[in-house]
Amino acid sequence: MRLAHLALGLILLAGTLSAQPAIEDRHVYEGSSPTVLRILSTADLSVFDPYLAAFHRANPAIGIDYSVVSSADLARMIRKGAAYDLALSSAMDLQFKLANDGHARRYRSEATQALPGWAGWRDLIFAFTAEPAVIVIAQDALAGLEIPATRRDLITLLREHPGRFRGRIGTYDVRKSGLGYLFATQDARATDAYWRLSEVMGRLDPELYCCSAQMIDALVEGELVLAYNVLGSYARDRLAASASDALAVVEMEDFANVMLRTAIIPRQADAPELAGAFIDHLIGIGLRSAAGSWPLPALSGIDAAQAAGFGPIRLGPGLMVNLDRLNRRNFLRAWENAVRQGADAPAGAAPAARENSAPPRK
Amino acid sequence: MRPLASIRQRLTFLLAGVAAVLSILSWLTVSEFARRAVGRAQDNVLAASVTSIVETLRAEEGEVQLELPYSAFSMLGAISEDRVFYRAVAGGLLLTGYGDLPEPRPEPPEPGGVVFATADYVGETIRMASATRIVAVAGNRVPVSVTVAQTTTGITQVARDLSRMAALLSVAFFCIAVTLSAIAARASLKPLSEIAGAVARRGPSDMRPLRRRAPAELSPLIEALDRLMLRLAGSLRRSEDFIAEAAHRIRTPLASVRMQSELALGEARTSSDRARLRLIIRAVDESSRSAGQLLDHATVAFRAEDLARDPVDLSKLALRTADAIRPTATMRDIEISLRADPALVSGDAVLLDTALRNVLDNAVKYSPVATDIHIAVGVEGGEAFVRVCDQGPGLGGGPLDALTERFRRGETAAGHVGSGLGLTITRDVLRAHGGRLILSNRDPKEGGGACVSLILPSA
Amino acid sequence: MRYLLVEDNAELAAAILKRLMLDGHAVDHAGSVAEAQDWLETASYDLILLDVMLPDGDGRELLRRSRADGGTPVIMLTARSQICDRVSMLDQGADDYITKPFDFSELEARCRAVLRRRGGSPRNEIAIGTAFFDPSSGRLRKGNETTELRNRETRLLEALARHAGQVMSKERLLDSLFSFDADVTENAIEVYVGRLRKRLEGTDARIETVRGLGYRLDLPR
Ligand SMILES: Nc1ncnc2c1ncn2[C@@H]1O[C@H](COP(=O)(O)OP(=O)(O)O)[C@@H](O)[C@H]1O
Ligand SMILES: [Mg+2]
Repeated sequence: MRLAHLALGLILLAGTLSAQPAIEDRHVYEGSSPTVLRILSTADLSVFDPYLAAFHRANPAIGIDYSVVSSADLARMIRKGAAYDLALSSAMDLQFKLANDGHARRYRSEATQALPGWAGWRDLIFAFTAEPAVIVIAQDALAGLEIPATRRDLITLLREHPGRFRGRIGTYDVRKSGLGYLFATQDARATDAYWRLSEVMGRLDPELYCCSAQMIDALVEGELVLAYNVLGSYARDRLAASASDALAVVEMEDFANVMLRTAIIPRQADAPELAGAFIDHLIGIGLRSAAGSWPLPALSGIDAAQAAGFGPIRLGPGLMVNLDRLNRRNFLRAWENAVRQGADAPAGAAPAARENSAPPRK
Repeated sequence: MRPLASIRQRLTFLLAGVAAVLSILSWLTVSEFARRAVGRAQDNVLAASVTSIVETLRAEEGEVQLELPYSAFSMLGAISEDRVFYRAVAGGLLLTGYGDLPEPRPEPPEPGGVVFATADYVGETIRMASATRIVAVAGNRVPVSVTVAQTTTGITQVARDLSRMAALLSVAFFCIAVTLSAIAARASLKPLSEIAGAVARRGPSDMRPLRRRAPAELSPLIEALDRLMLRLAGSLRRSEDFIAEAAHRIRTPLASVRMQSELALGEARTSSDRARLRLIIRAVDESSRSAGQLLDHATVAFRAEDLARDPVDLSKLALRTADAIRPTATMRDIEISLRADPALVSGDAVLLDTALRNVLDNAVKYSPVATDIHIAVGVEGGEAFVRVCDQGPGLGGGPLDALTERFRRGETAAGHVGSGLGLTITRDVLRAHGGRLILSNRDPKEGGGACVSLILPSA
Repeated sequence: MRYLLVEDNAELAAAILKRLMLDGHAVDHAGSVAEAQDWLETASYDLILLDVMLPDGDGRELLRRSRADGGTPVIMLTARSQICDRVSMLDQGADDYITKPFDFSELEARCRAVLRRRGGSPRNEIAIGTAFFDPSSGRLRKGNETTELRNRETRLLEALARHAGQVMSKERLLDSLFSFDADVTENAIEVYVGRLRKRLEGTDARIETVRGLGYRLDLPR
């Protein structure tokens, strides 16, 4: 028992010692009353502003304090009891584990009731977008070659034309990005091609990124010709903005991950009703039938993916498997072996294991 | 005496009660069954989960290695939306998972088996499955125990949903059963009410057996009824026969005495003998008449109790009664005339005949020789009437209705044989039929006399 | 007239027999159903007086049979006075009934009534001088002229005619007017005799008053 306590202390210490939660961006929408809805989110402000603005227009009395952090930081902060009313994250596994470990509040409304079964769990966690992972590829890098439709095609392309891609492939650093880790683990589970693809990419000296946005920036700037497992929604937005057709967004036909962006109301929320109202607002948009001009895809967009035979990543205890300390260690070891062949850092020392090892709940 | 609740009600309540008990029992059974089945399902999944994890245990690089298969947890998500916890402990040290999960037991059982336990954790009830396996690490045998736990909230909810469904079904079953019970009760009692109806519809003197097809359970009742009817008919016949026999026994010698007296009267020489013989004859008449009237009176009371309701035309009845009495009237040179319009009433013809006969008897008896009696029959203001008017002395000056009292004889009675029961009988018959008797005297200027009216509701 | 009396009480039967025979009728007597049947098979009757209760059966049984062979009028003698019985006897086809004990004059009256109704009474006229008198119908025939006497006159004339030439006391005449009614006094006899004298005018019969004794019908020799 004492040993357990010691282990616990050490882990907590490690938690506090690791980098201060880095609030990447923050915006406050002033309300006419002192009530404020504090949201912690992984969605970039640029992407999410329309959602916030719409809510603010409808409820001008309520102020909104919106902070953007990485998914791993978000999970850790909520776990430690940071004072937020709502947590929106793209890392389904981390969100799920927060809910499973009792860090989320129950919420039930007409809107949540309208959600399809796969878009929620136990009135604790609610999905409001369904966003597929895609590859983005620069047309000129292909130079007449066919756009790969499956991972097998992609492997062949990379193998046959290593020159074109060396050093110009971007993908998530799964050690740092919660979403990247989620996509990678789901890929690994869903298709055998994943590890071969990782090895092939690893040989081509890939660039690793924390976030989709940066990866797309690099593509637009021409530093990259291929980005693997980017959020399609981000990619399309940016491509639409740059108005260039030099980049192609490709959804893999053999298998495509569809991530559900989810919301939970943290246990420590001060204004759970406000948070509930905001969730209703998000679900309302997520279940819209008309396309609209919202930056993030609707839940209803899932139908196409389902028709192709693969649904969204399932919100369920299965997600916790990859967050297990030992599983994560093993996965990262395998991933480093594949992607960082002979590269800088040895696997174990990766400073990535931040929130991942399922710290005991307190 | 307050009647007991009807058999139909009792039967319905009884059947409904049985249905209610069965409904509740079946609901309890189904609920318990659902709870167990769901619990069993959860245990099975937990066992499968923990087993699939334990199977990944191995030693690598001097460490215990473990891999959580995706299916180990995803299968737990398949039965309900319950929270999942797990832990792996190697040689007393936490390997991975939730360190503060309750110990399933101080000492996990022998390797291979899966033990279950229920405990409280994070404010919810959890069900735990644990399995232990020995892993050889660098020559040491390290026992590794893996526990997978799941809250029971969702599973309980599933059981509760099933139970609610069972409750709904039970209520529906109960409602249907009650309706069917009511129908069944009514149907099975139908023969009984039919028999009751058949008995009630019978006339007062209908003593025939019931002759009715009835369910086996009712045939003793029918037989008993038939036997009772037979006995009743028998005893009625016997008492009638007895009275008839008694009357015969008394009247025949009386007749003989009267006859002999009359003969003797014809031969008697002295007037004192004749006077004596007349007294005898008078006494004989007096007693036979009284006996007859008393019997009639009793018969009227008996028959009025359960009055027959046959259609009777008073005009025909009056005609027949007048014919029967006419020879007696002729003996006194009394003419009986009749003006009869049809007048239909419903009632007992025998009793009505007796009523009229008594009135006519009086008219003939109290009227002087060589007078007329007039009978009128008809309908007046919705009422049927028979009016008998004579040219006799009238009914006297006293209160007329007093003449209908039992054994009451009037001022005019002196010297006439009578019992004072005639008008009483008539009044009783009329009353039993819902009618009345009106006694009146005719105007002396028009020759006087009595008028007796029998009034009956016309049919 | 030929009567069949069916009556099991011997004294009563004897008394009735005697009375009927005094009136000049031929009467056979049967004491049981069987005996009555024997009589009915051998002779034919104008009227049957039938007791209801007989030692070997019910008189009504006999009644039904005599009805069946179509004919002889029946008067029932009954000790039953119950109202239902009265009705049932008539229903079963008796022409009339009389309840015991009865006034013989009433029986006679009923017999006459029945015979008249059946139209079956043969003339049974008594000669009164030049006139003829039928006591059963009350008709008095003088030459071509027929007068109908009232009942009491008939009974009085019958009594006088049957004892023609004999003195009949007022008392006896009163008795023959039957009915031991209180309203019939000996004075009434005088009234009736007066009426009868008027009726007999034009015949050679006359009713003599015998002072202190009574009356006598005198017929010419
Ligand atoms: N038609 C009538 N004329 C005169 N008096 C009558 C007549 N009817 C009835 N009464 C008188 O009413 C009394 C009661 O009649 P009832 O009840 O028939 O008895 P009863 O046996 O004396 O005739 C008689 O005693 C008689 O005085
Ligand atoms: Mg009377």
